[in-house]
Amino acid sequence: MFFTYLRRELRRRRKAALVVASGLALGIALVIVVNSVSTGMSRAQGKVLESLYGLGTDLTVTKAQERPEDGSRPQRPRFEFQGKEEGEEQSSDRLMVQGFQTLADSTVASVAGQPGVDRAVGGLSLVNLKINGEFERGRIQRGQTQQGQPGGENGQNGGAQNGQNGGAGGGSGPGDTVTGGGAAFDVDSFTLYGTDVTAPDLGPLTTSTVSRGRTFKTSETDAKVAVVDSAYAQEQGLDVGDELTVKGIEFEIVGIATADRGQSAAQVYLPLKQAQTLSSSASKITTIYVKATDSTRIDALKTAIQKNVTGTTVTTSADLARTVSGSLDTAADLASNVGRWLSYAVLLAAVLVAGLLTSSAVTRRVREFGTLKALGWTSGRVTRQVVGEALVNGVVGGALGIAIGLVGAYAVTVAGPTLTAELGSVGGAFGGGGGGRGGTVFGGGPGGTATGRTVDIALTAPVGITTVGLAVLLALGGGLVAGAFGAWRASRLRPADALRRVE
Amino acid sequence: MYELIGVTKQYRRGQTRVDALAGVDLTLDQGDRLVIQGPTGGGKSTLLQMLGGLDRPTSGRVLLDGIDLAALSERRLTAVRGQNIGFVFQSFNLIPTLTAQENVETALVPLGIRPAERRGRAAEALESVGLGERRGHLPSELSGGQQQRVAIARALVKRPKVLLADEPTGNLDESMRDEIVDVLEGLWKEHGLTFVMVTHDSAIARRAPRLATIRKGRITIKENRPAAPAPVEA
Repeated sequence: MFFTYLRRELRRRRKAALVVASGLALGIALVIVVNSVSTGMSRAQGKVLESLYGLGTDLTVTKAQERPEDGSRPQRPRFEFQGKEEGEEQSSDRLMVQGFQTLADSTVASVAGQPGVDRAVGGLSLVNLKINGEFERGRIQRGQTQQGQPGGENGQNGGAQNGQNGGAGGGSGPGDTVTGGGAAFDVDSFTLYGTDVTAPDLGPLTTSTVSRGRTFKTSETDAKVAVVDSAYAQEQGLDVGDELTVKGIEFEIVGIATADRGQSAAQVYLPLKQAQTLSSSASKITTIYVKATDSTRIDALKTAIQKNVTGTTVTTSADLARTVSGSLDTAADLASNVGRWLSYAVLLAAVLVAGLLTSSAVTRRVREFGTLKALGWTSGRVTRQVVGEALVNGVVGGALGIAIGLVGAYAVTVAGPTLTAELGSVGGAFGGGGGGRGGTVFGGGPGGTATGRTVDIALTAPVGITTVGLAVLLALGGGLVAGAFGAWRASRLRPADALRRVE
Repeated sequence: MYELIGVTKQYRRGQTRVDALAGVDLTLDQGDRLVIQGPTGGGKSTLLQMLGGLDRPTSGRVLLDGIDLAALSERRLTAVRGQNIGFVFQSFNLIPTLTAQENVETALVPLGIRPAERRGRAAEALESVGLGERRGHLPSELSGGQQQRVAIARALVKRPKVLLADEPTGNLDESMRDEIVDVLEGLWKEHGLTFVMVTHDSAIARRAPRLATIRKGRITIKENRPAAPAPVEA
């Protein structure tokens, strides 16, 4: 009788039932879509962060920014060209530590010894900068009014401006004019990363996949081998088996690696010891990559390292996530703030409307319930009937909502809108990306502040079992809450009052 | 069977106190048939609700087979209603979404009878009121008289000791009224029920062996001639 009565009542009031179910469906669909998009955002952010320091890294340790001493200037790249004969080539090949801040590689052991640290490996980020070119002297033409007066001859133009010719010179006397002259310089730069080949599963190289050749062997701690980023290799016409010269030393390219997304962490990867030797940074590293034993206690580990290993800055993925801006950040904010609360507000409104409709249906059925009570139906039986009807509405709404939500989430994944993540600066954190030729040449800058980096990532909206479970619970909860409105009224109904009210 | 001792019922309508029943004493034996008449608002329906355990008196006792209905818990009172008392209402009070058969079955649900037996007994009850062929029809597909027959079948299917009818012909035309009164009287005789009916219709009242009149909450009983069904006057 319960199900017969239930079925007939829902069929009789199918419009009202449809309104209630549709309202719940809308709310539940919104919850699913917003939750799945939010999950997609989190994953996108995770991928963006992974692209910076690789899989499995929970935090990084770098040297803390130091205040320059009074009178001293912050370290910057510096080039000196000596006066040479006209047309004679001038060049400078500098291999610099990115950010100019290093830690002793013994710090790796100190960090690894902290409780809560599973593993720690060090790496050295470098920038190779080659400048090649020549100066051309300017020609002085003496002014008439100044004729006979001595003037500077062969005044020299100054100011090399990144490979552009230009600049009128000085060195002439009053009334003289200088024509021609200038400088032409080529700038070639690329980033290098000295990696600990004994720990191939931790560090920036894990963000790339070796597409040709192989990665380093764990035995190649001091071998003259290199892995080159595919974009840089294409630009330079390099391939596996070719030689790459760094500071006059030749390295055999054993592999070409392609960044999983965005830019690679460096354009050239060398064994750490080779990188240290080339840059005259023996026993120095720039960054320590740390994997924690418990990923839920990252903040505690950060505090412990900062306290116990002095002079370091510890950066977690959460710190880095705070520097993410761009459309990914905007969309993530929208999803987590506006979207989530909007979906819950819609759901709450739907439940309230469902409750009011159920309550109103009980009012219309006062005589019906009064009669049933007169026939011997207990309040509990009448209540169960009312709640049962509301629950079915909730289940129908939930099923509809889950279906709509899954379609919505699927549509988002298929459409895959591209979001741009801009990673801002983090003091003492990760080095900037390799960039193209002439890109982030001075990545890191003084104190190792990471420069901005842009990563494009396609948005997905994965629907997890938790989200579906949440939707089912919301549907049943919504139905029960809606039913409770009516049930409360039905249970308080006294048969005499009910019958008297309608007779 | 029934013994009402000093039953009063007071309502509050705004600031005014209404004495619906003002010290009613009444005794009914098994198989008695009582018709209650009186002006509107005199307390007829209130008395019927006291007899049916639908309401509780302000004071006094309503004994059914020695059990004071006023003292029972809501659950026990509901059980007594479900097992012993059948109701017929003026507006039929059928569940509009259920068929005639299912409406009759609703009276058996509280008794915990299994579905198969429930269906059999409901079908029998509908046969006994001449609606065996219409048991699959919804109330909206039946005439007023047929709907009231379904309501009577519903009241009797649980084989109650008491049948209470509140203006059962109030919403019916004359031919239907006669039909329903004949059915009720036939079933009363057949089942030996205690039968109490509230009516405004004097023609029906004259056919009852006992006639109670309620005015301003006070009851007077008049014995009619022995109950011999007589033709109903229009």
